[in-house]
Amino acid sequence: MGITDFLLEKITKVSSQKKDMKENIWSKCSGCGEISYRQEIEDNYQCCPKCDFHFPVSAMQKIDYIIDPHTFVEFDTGIRSLDPLKFKDSKKYPDRIKAAVKKMDMNDAFVGGMAKINGREINIGGIEFGFLGGSMGSVVGEKITRLVENAIKNHRHVITISCSGGARMQESILSLMQMAKTSAALAKLRMEGLGHISLLTDPTTGGVTASYAMLGDVIMAEPKALICFAGPRVIEQTIRQKLPEGFQRSEFLLEHGMVDIVSHRKRWRKDITRVLDFFGYN
Amino acid sequence: MAAPLDFEAPIIEIENKIAEIKNMSSLSDSDMQREVDSLQKRLERVKANIYQRLTPSQKLMVARHPERPYTLDFIKLMFTDFLELHGDRLFRDDQALVCGIANFNDSPVMVIGHQKGRNTKENIRRNFGMASPEGYRKAQRMFDLAERFNRPIITFVDTPGAYPGIEAEERGQAEAIAKSLMMMAELTVPMITVITGEGGSGGALAIAMGNRVLMLEHSTYSVISPEGCASILWKDASYAGRAAEALKLTAQDLKELEVIDEIVNEPLGGAHRNHHQIAHNLKTAIARHLKEIKSLAPKQIFEQRYDKFRNMGVFAE
Repeated sequence: MGITDFLLEKITKVSSQKKDMKENIWSKCSGCGEISYRQEIEDNYQCCPKCDFHFPVSAMQKIDYIIDPHTFVEFDTGIRSLDPLKFKDSKKYPDRIKAAVKKMDMNDAFVGGMAKINGREINIGGIEFGFLGGSMGSVVGEKITRLVENAIKNHRHVITISCSGGARMQESILSLMQMAKTSAALAKLRMEGLGHISLLTDPTTGGVTASYAMLGDVIMAEPKALICFAGPRVIEQTIRQKLPEGFQRSEFLLEHGMVDIVSHRKRWRKDITRVLDFFGYN
Repeated sequence: MAAPLDFEAPIIEIENKIAEIKNMSSLSDSDMQREVDSLQKRLERVKANIYQRLTPSQKLMVARHPERPYTLDFIKLMFTDFLELHGDRLFRDDQALVCGIANFNDSPVMVIGHQKGRNTKENIRRNFGMASPEGYRKAQRMFDLAERFNRPIITFVDTPGAYPGIEAEERGQAEAIAKSLMMMAELTVPMITVITGEGGSGGALAIAMGNRVLMLEHSTYSVISPEGCASILWKDASYAGRAAEALKLTAQDLKELEVIDEIVNEPLGGAHRNHHQIAHNLKTAIARHLKEIKSLAPKQIFEQRYDKFRNMGVFAE
């Protein structure tokens, strides 16, 4: 349920795409291989104008696609990871964190706060995949929980945007407990009559999927995102068979009744507004 | 008898010797008794020596021992009048997870637990204790039943993890686990969880949000199996031993991290050597915790559980 190899590949892919985008005015689509103007892709919400492939973007960018401009007030920026297990594989965990903090210019893998959508207040937060594969350890779990508790206090609905390799192995059992913690917070939100919209982006896997992310009152998915509990490689190893094309992608989940809507980035704000209107405001 | 664990070789050797002597007709009764007594003493010393110094990997082998008591064994030894309840009402009955009503010290409780098999045939039926979405949805029905009729819930955790298969994904393994977590968080009845063997990740947690969480002395509980962790972080499953050390998955580690409330002592040489003894120890511990939680009002039971899991996590600010 942790980060699988494909996620590591993905990190490299994300950073190489970023580099391409910065250096060239042209970009090659990883979906269809077609080449487009960078500006054209940007105007299309970082999606390929030819095939609608969704290029990876940061958590903050995703939030910005949804909210009213310049209305975001970030919460809990000072929370940092520790190393309670003294975890070491080929690298020490604190060294991995240090490198990620430097690379991403953020303290851990979650950015959350309050913002407005059409002038109305909501709490919104997203997982940053670029930070250790968006894995959920104590800090991510705590920040999500506080986002929800703050929403209860201020009577706001909550929007979460997921993008994660799952629970953070380097904090082992403490990461697992974040699944319980975030789900319990959402149980309280529900009791208060407030709503949770969960937006799943590529990829959403493991312990993140199996906790708060699948607990949206309405669940939206980015087109063609990988959304799963067990990763494709783990399943292939278990059943010793190749998996069918499109397995565990958003459209597959829609077909199997696991998500409400598959929504293109350019429709996110519109679809979320519709749902929030249905939830109602006080 | 299943294949013995490597590190138990000195124990098995003495046990065999004792059996041998008992079968020898040439010795007089008193001579035999003397021999047996001295070997028995040595056996206890050797067992204590080995079992007090188990490495995390060795503990994992004990936790996975095929003679270790499973949920249905504990039910037989600790409860009366068990009536198994089947099915999720949606798809099928998942036999990797058993549920039912039973009496615990003469009062009705709901019992839920993973169930492994002891041989290949049983393990196919029980899917090696790896539950599918329908297993967790069956558990959800039981959470609901217990809540409505105000009965305590006792859960037994022993699973390598939730089943990672095509059908399990199609039917929403992630949703099933997530929903279970939310439902447990909403309960206002007492819930006691015991990690009896392997606490494998989300598949374990999905029935493990007790007001109290106990672990048997040689059980384990972690976010991923050491084999899985090794193949991802070390790119080689043969590093499982090192991953087992790094993951801090023993009951003793978890008590120190304040993730569990109590370690229940196993008989010397592990629970697989004496089912009656471990059942006795566990029953005493559960009864004590249940009594404490039962003394709280429903709202307090809910809040106690919320605060317990709310406070988990280590970070700086």
